[in-house]
Amino acid sequence: MARATTASVMKQGKSVPWLYLLPALIVMIIFILYPMINTIGLSFGNADGTASAATTCREGQPCWGVFENYRYALTNELNTSSAKTVWDSFWISSYGNMIKWLLVMVTFTVGFGLVFAVLVDRIKQEALAKSIIFMPMAISFVGAGVIWKFVYNYGTFQVQTGILNAIFTGLGFEPVSWLSKMPVNTFMLIVVGIWMWTGFCMTLLSSAIKSIPEEIIEASKIDGATNFEIFSKIQVPIIAPTIVVVITTMVINVLKLFDIVYVMTGGNFGTNVIATRMYTEMYTNAQYGRGTAIAVILILFIVPFIVMNIRRFTKQESMR
Amino acid sequence: MTTATMTKPLSKSRKNRTPSKVGTTIGIVIILIIWLVPTIGLLVTSFRPVALINTTGWWTALNVDNGPVSALHPDPNASFAEKLGTRFTINNYVDALTGYRGTSTYLDACASGTKPLGMNCNLSDLLNPRGMGRAFVNSIIVTVPSTIFPIIIALFAAYAFSWMDFKGRYAIFAILVGLQVVPIQMTLVPVLRMFAGMGINGTFPAVWLFHTGFGLPYAIYMLRNSMSTLPKDLFESAYLDGANHWQVFTKIVLPLTMPAIASLAIFQFLWVWNDLLVSLVFLGGSKPVMTYQISNMVSSLGAGWHLLTAAAFLSMLLPMIVFFALQKYFVRGMMAGAVKG
Repeated sequence: MARATTASVMKQGKSVPWLYLLPALIVMIIFILYPMINTIGLSFGNADGTASAATTCREGQPCWGVFENYRYALTNELNTSSAKTVWDSFWISSYGNMIKWLLVMVTFTVGFGLVFAVLVDRIKQEALAKSIIFMPMAISFVGAGVIWKFVYNYGTFQVQTGILNAIFTGLGFEPVSWLSKMPVNTFMLIVVGIWMWTGFCMTLLSSAIKSIPEEIIEASKIDGATNFEIFSKIQVPIIAPTIVVVITTMVINVLKLFDIVYVMTGGNFGTNVIATRMYTEMYTNAQYGRGTAIAVILILFIVPFIVMNIRRFTKQESMR
Repeated sequence: MTTATMTKPLSKSRKNRTPSKVGTTIGIVIILIIWLVPTIGLLVTSFRPVALINTTGWWTALNVDNGPVSALHPDPNASFAEKLGTRFTINNYVDALTGYRGTSTYLDACASGTKPLGMNCNLSDLLNPRGMGRAFVNSIIVTVPSTIFPIIIALFAAYAFSWMDFKGRYAIFAILVGLQVVPIQMTLVPVLRMFAGMGINGTFPAVWLFHTGFGLPYAIYMLRNSMSTLPKDLFESAYLDGANHWQVFTKIVLPLTMPAIASLAIFQFLWVWNDLLVSLVFLGGSKPVMTYQISNMVSSLGAGWHLLTAAAFLSMLLPMIVFFALQKYFVRGMMAGAVKG
């Protein structure tokens, strides 16, 4: 409401905003919107987009007609012989793995990021500590893949040159092939993700914490507040909007996650996620219809967060 | 006045040592060690000879008497420093930079007089298409424009979304929020076909265009978040002084948005530099970038840890320098200071 006043103070032609917007709109329409629509169209087609998906149905097999690619995308990973096999196969399917990734990775990256942001604010070598935590973020997924493949290295000889197996055998356990043993391998990949993305969360949360006026913190210290009270009753509530932004960003990042899995296991040994499965269908199997259907399903998972973002955006605007 | 005199000694004491402070410091140090160990392992390994990498753990690098006979110092009574000197090497980096793939090392092979296949044994080998030196140059050519283009375009759009009234503002921004999360795989095939029609597949402009398009939604979203938190008073007083949008944009908004631009530039730079998929699809082996080169080595060399670790560390160098150099933009209170002034 107040914004309208601001705008009316300034004399603005109706075309001026569009001049500022035009370059961005043109580029996004050409490189994102149009290809997306094209992709949605392909998801109802056959492998190379030359006929309807319904033509790929076979006699005596389940068929969803024009939605056949979606039937494949949703059910093909499941072993439907009994309720138990469905349950078991779900938890190593791309969807089950996605749930593990979401729960574990978002919790730990945002949680660690918040705690680190507050803790390092209190020490003298703050910049150094933050640089070290953030450093993995500067590394490519390919580079991180090399680093962690070496950490997880499973020596077939007596010597374990991977540090994790060296510690493990040092404690008297048998060495483990961390990247191929289910279900531990998915969690090993998630560790790489946490290692990489905690710095991202910490950086955003830290700058929010630092934007809290020093006077507020000092005043509450004079009033006798403990560090934990300052953290839970002052800092966290004030930066709550930033925390929501960080969580949303992380959820979206995890849903799109591709590189770590692709580089480290290629989606084998039950570590597939939605994006790697999509890649396999599209590029390895050349099944454009199936691949694009998985892409569309991925978008559907993301829609709730889009709605959440927009709600927050609208609320923010009306409060201005 | 009282606030000013009070704040100084207090903010000093904030970083002083108290009992809980020592605990905090110890906790942080443990976390930092855990965070660093994987990378230290990579770094140490990248300087060790092949024979030692595969037979001893990198954490035993200072034990100069282990490993296979071939890796031991010929004189068992040599000093620790002498032995240590033979346990580390820069050969892995030379081999990775030049793309040497033989059983010896690039330097030894050249010193022996027989040039390795396809090598000239001079500086031109740094531009060997199989090496990380050439890939480094290609990565820079890809990354710099792919960082600058989207930020410039996004600045204008973000300003419009933050401080201009126009029809469909909410609707367009809602679409933009949605586009931000579109997975890259969702658009690769149609764009690839489009580029094939334009005949620019395998060229740098193809990658620049794709990264600009894909970087925009997040860039606009982030810059708008930053710009829209600027205090309204700033704008009102500027408008009352007769400033137009262009002046407000260039003289007030851009300087105040600098921290956001810096962090956005860091993230976009890292994103493009570290991307594998886009370079793989639009450039491929014709203009290999660093990530492409490493992933190629992973699949073609299997466990060639000496080359992989050196190559991986080379690919990490520039992003780290950029991050450390731009850290000053995260300086606290820049915004608050500007408003106060």
